[in-house]
Amino acid sequence: MNTQNLMLIDPHIHMTSRTTDDYERMRKAGIVAIIEPAFWLGQPRTDVGSFKDYYSSLVGWERFRASQFGIKHYCTIGLNSKEANNEALAEQVMELLPLFIYKEGVVGVGEIGYDDQTPTEDKYYRLQLELAKETNMPVQIHTPHRDKKSGTIRSMEVSLEHGIAPDMVIVDHNNEETVKDVLDRGFWAAFTIYPNSKMGNERMVEVVKQYGTERIMVNSAADWGISDPLSVPKTAALMLERGISLEDVRKVCYQNALDAFGKSGQMHESDWLTPATVDQREKFSGSTVLRGGQTPVVGELENDEGEFGSKFIR
Amino acid sequence: MYQADISATKAFLKGIFERSTTPQGRAWLTQKTELVSSGSAKEKDFYLAFSAAPRFVGKEHLQLTEADLAQADALRAGFNPSRWTADQAARTLLLLSLPAQDADAFVKQVETLFGTADMGEQVALYGSLPLLPYPERFSKRASEGVRTNIGDVYEAVALDNPFPSEYMEEDAWNQLVLKTLFVGKPLYRIHGLDQRSNSELTRMLSDYAHERWAAGRPVSPELWRTVGPFIDEHTIHDIQRLFSQPDELEREAAALACAQSSFGPARELLNSHPDLKQQVESGELNWGYIGRNATMQEPYKVDRT
Ligand SMILES: [Zn+2]
Repeated sequence: MNTQNLMLIDPHIHMTSRTTDDYERMRKAGIVAIIEPAFWLGQPRTDVGSFKDYYSSLVGWERFRASQFGIKHYCTIGLNSKEANNEALAEQVMELLPLFIYKEGVVGVGEIGYDDQTPTEDKYYRLQLELAKETNMPVQIHTPHRDKKSGTIRSMEVSLEHGIAPDMVIVDHNNEETVKDVLDRGFWAAFTIYPNSKMGNERMVEVVKQYGTERIMVNSAADWGISDPLSVPKTAALMLERGISLEDVRKVCYQNALDAFGKSGQMHESDWLTPATVDQREKFSGSTVLRGGQTPVVGELENDEGEFGSKFIR
Repeated sequence: MYQADISATKAFLKGIFERSTTPQGRAWLTQKTELVSSGSAKEKDFYLAFSAAPRFVGKEHLQLTEADLAQADALRAGFNPSRWTADQAARTLLLLSLPAQDADAFVKQVETLFGTADMGEQVALYGSLPLLPYPERFSKRASEGVRTNIGDVYEAVALDNPFPSEYMEEDAWNQLVLKTLFVGKPLYRIHGLDQRSNSELTRMLSDYAHERWAAGRPVSPELWRTVGPFIDEHTIHDIQRLFSQPDELEREAAALACAQSSFGPARELLNSHPDLKQQVESGELNWGYIGRNATMQEPYKVDRT
C-alpha cells in the first residue's frame, strides 16, 4: 500500500469491537487519528449502567489503548437510533449525556439519527440535536440502511429545523444516491467503505472524480461485522493509483475530517504532530495491551510528563 | 459543615485562578459559578460546566508565591494548591458554589461526577476533598482513589493533600503509604505522615524492605521515616543494616530514625555515629532533605513491577 507517507484520519470506526493488532496495522498504514462514534455493542444494552461504562471506556481505556500505538483517539457521544426505541432506558441515557459531552477528546454528538425511523427515534434524535446546539458541538449522523434516501433527507431537514448549521453536521454512510442532496444542502458527506459491498473503494474513486473533494470524507465504520479497519489507507492508495492528486486525497482522507470535527475545539493537528512517547509498559487501571512474553515498545521520542515520567503507574 | 471559611477560601482560589486564565475564562467562570450557586440551575447545568471548564479557562499551571502558599495553609491546614492548574481551580470553585445545605443532595451530585469522571476531572475532585463540606462522607471515596493506576490521579489524592491523614481509616492510610513507596513517589509529600505512623504500618514497611533486599533491589531511605518512633527488637536489625549501606542517604536516614526513637539500642546506635548525630541535632539533616534527594536518585525513584 503506497500512500506516500500521507497522514490519514478515520473519522468513523468502532475500535471497541476491534483488536489491538488492528491499531498496530492502522498506525503502520498512516492513520494518525480516529473518531469513534458511540454505537451499540452488537446487542442492545438493558441498563443505563452499561451506557455509563461504555462511554467511560470511550474516553478512558480506548483512548489509552490507541495512544499505545501512536494513534490519537477521539469520540462522539450519543444515544444511537437502534437503542433509542427503548424509551424508559433512553430517558435515563439522556440524563447521562451531559456528563460526557464535554469530556477530553469528545468531538461531537454521535452517531445519532434514524434506523427504523420510528416516532421514538425521532424524539431522541431531536433531543440530542438540542444538546448539540446548547453545547455547540458537531453532530455525526448515522443514516438508515433501509429507505436510505428519504431517511437521509429527513435527518438533514430535522437538524435544520432545530437551527443547526449544515457545516456542523457530518452525514455518514452516503452513496451515489444521497451525495448530491447532502452536498447541495451544505452538509459534510462521509462515505463508508465496506469490503465487498455497499460503497467499495472503486466506487469511491468515481465519487471523488465526479463530485470533487469539497466536504467529502472517507471512513471505514469498522465494527463487529465483516469490515476493514484499513479502508481509509486502502482507498487513499487506490485514489492515487487512479490519478487523483495527492492534495485531493489528503483532503478527503485527512483534512476534511479534521476541519469538520475540529469545530468542537477538541481536535488539533498539533495533537499528533507534537512528538509523544509510546510506552507499552504503561497500564490503564492495572491493564496493559501486552500479553505474556511480549516485549514492550518504548518510543524514543521526548516525554514531557513531568518529574515522575509516565502518567500511568506501572 | 465546610472545612474552611468558605467565602475566604473561594476569594483566595478565585484570585490565584484569575492570574492563570484569560479575561474570557474569568467571565465564563463568573457566569457559571453564579448560575450554580443561584440554586435555580439544573443538575445538567452544573455537570456541563464542570466538564467544560478546560475548554473555557485553559490548563495553565497556577503561579503561586510563597505568600500564596502560606495563605492557603492558613485558610485550611495542609491545603496546598502548588501543582494545580487553572481548570482544576475552576472546577473546585464550581464545587464550592454548589448549594450544600442538603447533605444528601450535595453528596449525590459529587458522587455522580466521580462515577463518570475522566482523568482531569478525577484530579480536580480528589484535590478538592479538603475543601468540600461533609468530609466524612468522602472517606471511602478517597480510599478508592488510592487504588487508581493513573499517576496524576494518585498524586491528587495521596500527595500534598491533608484529607487522607484526617479522614482515612487506618488500613486505607497504611495502604496509601506503602503504595506511595511502591510506585516510586515521594513520602515527604504525604501530609500528616508522621502523626499517623503506627506499629502495623511499621511492620508492613519493614517486611517490604526485606522483600526488596531479598530481591537485591534498593529501598528508598524515606521508608524509615515512619519506622523511627516504633523501632523495637526486630526493626533495630534493619537500622543496623542501614548504617552499613554504602549510600550516604541510607546512613543519614538510619540516624534520623534513631533520633526519633526512645528505644535504648537505637540511641546507642546513634551515639556510635557522632558525625551524623551532630547533623541531626543541628537540623541540617531532616526528612525533607532525604525525601527531596531520594526523589532525584535513580535507584529509589521507581519501582514498577
Ligand atoms: Zn457507526
